[in-house]
Amino acid sequence: MKKVIIYSTSACPYCRMAKDFFNEIKIEFINYDVGIDKEKLDEMVKKSSQIGVPVIDIEGEIIIGFDKEKIKTALEV
Amino acid sequence: MRTYELIIVGAGPAGITAGIYAARKGMDFITLTGDIGGRTLFSWDMENYVGYQFVTGKELVDKVKDHIKEFNMDIRENEQVREILKNQKNFRLTTSKGEYEAKTVIIATGREPKTLNVKGEDKFQNKGITYCATCDAPLFRDKSVAVVGGGNSGKHAVLQLARIAKKTYLIEIKKDLTGDSVVVEKIKNLDNVEILTETQIVEIYGDLLVKGIKIKRGEEIQSLDVEGIFVEMGFVPKSGIINFIDKNKDGEIIVDCKNQTSYPGIFAAGDVTNVFAKQVIISCGEGAKAGLSAFEYINYV
Repeated sequence: MKKVIIYSTSACPYCRMAKDFFNEIKIEFINYDVGIDKEKLDEMVKKSSQIGVPVIDIEGEIIIGFDKEKIKTALEV
Repeated sequence: MRTYELIIVGAGPAGITAGIYAARKGMDFITLTGDIGGRTLFSWDMENYVGYQFVTGKELVDKVKDHIKEFNMDIRENEQVREILKNQKNFRLTTSKGEYEAKTVIIATGREPKTLNVKGEDKFQNKGITYCATCDAPLFRDKSVAVVGGGNSGKHAVLQLARIAKKTYLIEIKKDLTGDSVVVEKIKNLDNVEILTETQIVEIYGDLLVKGIKIKRGEEIQSLDVEGIFVEMGFVPKSGIINFIDKNKDGEIIVDCKNQTSYPGIFAAGDVTNVFAKQVIISCGEGAKAGLSAFEYINYV
């Protein structure tokens, strides 16, 4: 299974939608709350060259925002 | 091409409720939308939605999703409508994925945040500029930020940011902050907030990410070091997909009490229209009316 990381904040609707979607399609993911974790925030900015959540990292492929189609393609589901 | 009796554009409170009514009337319809829930997802808390003492936008949308499952509705997400045109007696809708035809259309596209229209705004999109304080405020911990717009949403963004950011500037073009005076007083008493009225943002600059803004006060231009810019200037209706119906000066689609637009067969509901008060509960009611009107139109007109 591909390694999935989501960088999110606690109240962001699109982050929750993304997490709900992963749960729905039964994909495990690691969640980093970048509102609390400064180190992971820096990592997110470095990976995505922007500041905005969510950022989803699917085995190195970076998806900015909640884009179902892109997620599906990256996961090959 | 298949001709649907109805196509609903948008799946916020208005579009969803229209769909529930259309489904119960047994209409042949689909819904085309970017997402389910729309701006409701961004509502923090609602304390005036009947039946709930307190509910967040997300909770309400989850409930709605459960509700629509019962109706087996064909809702096509990630499919934004780009244009609606007349096609003889019917309407032709072009989306990001294809073309559709329908006898009636309900436009329930809602509204979106107003943009700044200043130099640097495009370049620094998501690189410090944000239109969702709820989402992105926590990313600016111990940084300096600016909130543009002193209306209710701007003031709430300031209250949120004051607890997180090192320094928050509130930029308002008018002479005074308007709205809830309790909130205004609260903001004035915050040590790490500076209110700049009669001030206009003229440029956003930086390298990879935002480093600051240029503001104009009277004739004087000055620079402020900020890493985050929260645009909270209100909303504009998403009515650009259709051009042959009447709109008011703000671009809102004009509807009558039955949600009919100036063109027969085209209905509109919710925040995209000139309806008084943009509230979830009102959009639901408007969507219900639009669904019933479309049904009536198909059967009796």
